[in-house]
Amino acid sequence: MNIFRLITLSSIILGGISLNSVYGQINNEGVKGFLAKPLEIHGNFSARAQYYQEDSAIGAPNVPEKFLMNGFANVVISKGAFSAGVRYESYRNPILGFDPRYKGSGFPYRYVQYSKDGLDITAGNFYEQFGTGLLLRSYEERNLGVDNAFDGIRVKYSTKYGLYLKGLVGKQRYFFELGDGIVRGFDAMFSINEGFKPLNNSKLKVKIGASFVSKFQEDNNPNYNLPENVGSYSGRLNLQYKGFGFMGEYAHKMNDPSADNNFIYKDGQAMYLSGTYSRKGLGIVLTAKSVDNMSYRSDRNEGFNNLLINFNPALTKQHTYNLAATLYPYASQLMGEVAYQADIIYKLKKKTFLGGKYGTTIFINASKAFGLDSTHLNDDNVARQGYTANFFKPGQEEFYQDINITVERKIKKWFKLKAMYMNMMANNDILKYGGINGSWSGKIYADIAVLEGVFKVNRKHSIRAELQGLWTKQDMGDWATLIIEYTYSPHFFVAVMDQYNYGNSISKNQIHYPYITAGYTYKANRISLGYGRQKAGLFCVGGVCREVPASNGLTISVSSTF
Amino acid sequence: MNKVITVIGIVLLSLSSFAQTAEGRKIPAVEIFDMNGNKFNTSLLNNDGKPMIINFWATWCSPCKRELNNIAELYDDWVEETGVKIVAISIDDARNMQKVRPYVDGQAWDYEVYIDVNADLKRQMGVNNVPHTFLIDGEGNIVWQHNSYSEGDEYELYELIKKLAEGKSIK
Repeated sequence: MNIFRLITLSSIILGGISLNSVYGQINNEGVKGFLAKPLEIHGNFSARAQYYQEDSAIGAPNVPEKFLMNGFANVVISKGAFSAGVRYESYRNPILGFDPRYKGSGFPYRYVQYSKDGLDITAGNFYEQFGTGLLLRSYEERNLGVDNAFDGIRVKYSTKYGLYLKGLVGKQRYFFELGDGIVRGFDAMFSINEGFKPLNNSKLKVKIGASFVSKFQEDNNPNYNLPENVGSYSGRLNLQYKGFGFMGEYAHKMNDPSADNNFIYKDGQAMYLSGTYSRKGLGIVLTAKSVDNMSYRSDRNEGFNNLLINFNPALTKQHTYNLAATLYPYASQLMGEVAYQADIIYKLKKKTFLGGKYGTTIFINASKAFGLDSTHLNDDNVARQGYTANFFKPGQEEFYQDINITVERKIKKWFKLKAMYMNMMANNDILKYGGINGSWSGKIYADIAVLEGVFKVNRKHSIRAELQGLWTKQDMGDWATLIIEYTYSPHFFVAVMDQYNYGNSISKNQIHYPYITAGYTYKANRISLGYGRQKAGLFCVGGVCREVPASNGLTISVSSTF
Repeated sequence: MNKVITVIGIVLLSLSSFAQTAEGRKIPAVEIFDMNGNKFNTSLLNNDGKPMIINFWATWCSPCKRELNNIAELYDDWVEETGVKIVAISIDDARNMQKVRPYVDGQAWDYEVYIDVNADLKRQMGVNNVPHTFLIDGEGNIVWQHNSYSEGDEYELYELIKKLAEGKSIK
């Protein structure tokens, strides 16, 4: 931490306040009106610390520091139309599974913002999304160490006529620094029903949108003549008619040779389509997407989740049960994929033969992802287009498949039951899961079944139990998981879990992973303690995942909102 | 490093001495989306002088869905007795946002539902994890909040709503 950061930070906090008074005076509410607005301070805090023990049986390494911690605090100050905020982050040192480049502490996030009468100006750091994010999305997932926040200027303007405009210029966060490239973006959305009076009350709601994004990065590559500016554009349409909905977005990117695509000069494109229908007791969602050479980063040499400008989430169900969520989840393939998903929710009525006394809900979900139907061009020393692909046509190679059904039923006033069955296939030549047996080559086929019961002892005390099984002839073989959780509302919980890899073909890897955790919640403050073995696997929040190595030890988590 | 923390500490403490704390502050004005994809400014959230709940959830969050499904069974009584309104804010991103409306309709929820697709409101309200519940009084002040869900938490919440509806303080 140097003196410059100190000055920057203090000037932002103080600047935020002095800006307030300057603008307050020219504000049409007058000085008195502005001063009458309350000054509000709030924020949140979260820390996770782990004490590590070496455990060679599960592959948990010796951690020289023994104790690692990640923590952050946000503070936001606001008064009337003004607000300013900072986030302090500390990784001393980053807990296992986080990129070691986070090592250190600092204030990577600070901003001032003015927002009034449809005008919104932000200077400093900000997060933004255009449309579905096919072209641009900056966001944070603190639990995963994902943060590609912009540092720059953003202006948004909402007109009264249904037209919404956004413009931004900035660089992206790269751990405690900024990435090399500059990103410029503009987005417009027009709500036709708001814009034209006669259509205000039409049952058909139509919205259109368009974005333009470009990045600049110097060409200092000795081998290729690289484009320093890479432009991209997208268009989208959103329709709603009674219970029906449609959303579609198409994005196109100019040639963008990068480490991801092995420096080919082919343009990239992506399309996302979704149709929905719903009424009381029934919901249907159909989605499809195709992605072709669409890695878009503000530094062409980067990889993983670093410095991504766009967002390309997996088109598969986001499972919550441990074995289904952490062993073989799908990660979308930025370089090329075609994927489909269908999702149905149906509620059987109460007090019917099938629905039972309290009603029953059925969820059905199926998804499949393929590689692109592409032809290799062998033109590395000529045009370097790399390949040609038929957009939206699935290729020969299957990446992933998941078919699952869940039934949820309240049986008695004090007892609820949920059952899930899932059949899946993951192509490990593409998805490359590691694991205690090493990386499996070829496809992994698995069946997963889960039974979950919630027993209410009385209003305050309840017990929840989960029994899960995963059966496969490939990779690490069969797994079983048992979880029992006891809660005492509104403050306490304690849970025990055991994951057991009983079907591993290597007998020394038939290991138990016991884990016990307990916690206390008071209002928006929460503390929890956990102890035991955690298997290596994928930890996912929202749309993204982080690989977590095996560990054994004590974990303490504290979080608070103030 | 220590200097920086000291400076911030002093600045914040001096500010907080005349600032309002989390409890008693208003809902921030942030642009989110309704379930039809229309923009919605959260400064417009209100319940005509009656208590209101803002609940952050996601389609991939099991405890969130348990909480909102459990409350759904009691909601008619709650509304009748206290006039309370529940605003459910989904933090689903582009992966799942299309599933929000079919899920809400499929479960036959009567809540007012919005989608905070890039977590702007979540960030402004300081939410760490979902589920997170805020209780708002008739004047639009945040008077209570709670993180996480255990079976039965809804009864504690309802006691607080009743007190608010009767004009009592819940401190």
